[in-house]
Amino acid sequence: MKALRRAVPPILAFLGFLVAWEAIVRTANIPPYVLPAPSLVGATLVADRAILLPALGVTLTITLEGLAAATLGGVLIAILFAQWRWLERAFLPFAVILQVTPIIAIAPLLLIYCTPATAVLLCAFLVAFFPILANTTLGLASAERNLRDLFALYGASRWQTLWLLKMPAALPFFFAGLRIGGGLALIGAIAAELTAGTQGGRTGLAFRIVEAGYRLNIPRMFAALALIALTGIAIYAALAALSHWALRHWHESAPEAP
Amino acid sequence: MSEALVALSGVSKTYPSGTLALDPLDLAVREGELLTLLGPSGCGKSTVLRLIAGLERPSSGEVEGAVWRPGEIGFVFQEATLMPWADVAANVSLPLRLQKVPAREARQRCDEVLALVGLAPFAKAFPSELSGGMRMRVSIARALVSRPRLLLMDEPFAAIDEIGRFQLNDDLLRLKAELATTIIFVTHSVYEAVYLATRVVVMAARPGRIAAEVAVDQSFHRAPDGRTSAAYLDLCGRVSKALAQAAKAVP
Ligand SMILES: Nc1ncnc2c1ncn2[C@@H]1O[C@H](COP(=O)(O)OP(=O)(O)O)[C@@H](O)[C@H]1O
Ligand SMILES: [Mg+2]
Repeated sequence: MKALRRAVPPILAFLGFLVAWEAIVRTANIPPYVLPAPSLVGATLVADRAILLPALGVTLTITLEGLAAATLGGVLIAILFAQWRWLERAFLPFAVILQVTPIIAIAPLLLIYCTPATAVLLCAFLVAFFPILANTTLGLASAERNLRDLFALYGASRWQTLWLLKMPAALPFFFAGLRIGGGLALIGAIAAELTAGTQGGRTGLAFRIVEAGYRLNIPRMFAALALIALTGIAIYAALAALSHWALRHWHESAPEAP
Repeated sequence: MSEALVALSGVSKTYPSGTLALDPLDLAVREGELLTLLGPSGCGKSTVLRLIAGLERPSSGEVEGAVWRPGEIGFVFQEATLMPWADVAANVSLPLRLQKVPAREARQRCDEVLALVGLAPFAKAFPSELSGGMRMRVSIARALVSRPRLLLMDEPFAAIDEIGRFQLNDDLLRLKAELATTIIFVTHSVYEAVYLATRVVVMAARPGRIAAEVAVDQSFHRAPDGRTSAAYLDLCGRVSKALAQAAKAVP
């Protein structure tokens, strides 16, 4: 009920924004190749669904594959870092360098070495990897000192401490990283698609935008853009719900989803 | 005098940061006693417990008798220090799980200690659903489940309101009588120290040292007016005086 009431202002504001946009386009007679009205964008979304939905499928698949690989890789490497601190000291700088180099600058290079499909997947993976690795590494070291002492008192093995203490304690951090990584994987996939073009017959949303731009099909550009935005929101909401569910017992100790 | 279960002789502790937490001190803990360590904050009470548990090494001197097998020491911290992701039963059986006690036996012993602290109906509850006092009971149950020879308690009731604390004090004395464990109990409340102890050790700060010792005759517990009896209040007065003197004396 409270959540519902909190959702009212942003929904009203968004509807107001759409209505104003529609009104301005109509009263000022702005041609659709300059700025399409939201109603036209909606109609295009329906009319072009045979082109746009498969493209959405391609982009979404790559995003989720990249995110899954980043989650697996990030968590595994974070665990290695937590077990052997010298590994962290040795290899974290590599991860940082990858992170601070804009993906859009790496993409052309990857396209030389890999097929377009692999390059796009790698880009989605690379951008999502670091926040998951960094947050999980932080989380694995976050267990309370008294709890760690308790494990020592009872003669816990390294692996018991990892499995029963460090990994559960890392969950809130891991999920914070996963939420960031989910958004970034989409950005990585889109950025790479823009560079790569079609990926061996599979065409993603980003390339549909470029293509529609060449043809001055502005309404379709907006429609594709709307789909990308919706996808980003859906990924974030799904990950936030997953995190909320996994941490439902933590109560005050779990960081709230922003 | 029965034999010492653990004894500090000439033990001092300087932390790597350079803080001199404990001046060389001697302290012997006898089997079966409930010793309370009383002193202002920062006088090294927690350090003494950590040295006895083997969580810290002395900078000089020796901690004799402190070669504990896993589970021989129970430790209760000021905060309940529970795992928020695990329910009460899982928290309480943690020591058994770490020692690879078979699941059946672990469950039975977990039920036993939960009944002992009056939390049997809450085995499936999560820490976030419990009050501060109940969380502390869970923490005590966890410390007892491995049947420790020595129970170390570091200001366990400091964050609990006075009425709850009185109740927990009485529960602790009952548990002590039932389980016959040796207990070292750290507090900065004179009244709590006297109420629980068979012996009160008064500490002073900067640097941490033992300033006085008061043996407590527990017969006031049998008086009908326990906490308000003259014998109890008189003892509290004596311990307060020792504490005040310790604070004034500069070594
Ligand atoms: N891990 C530590 N590193 C550095 N100094 C510490 C550490 N633990 C405690 N101290 C210092 O040692 C002194 C005694 O601390 P402590 O044993 O916690 O006292 P108490 O429990 O009586 O409050 C304090 O001055 C404290 O700041
Ligand atoms: Mg302390």
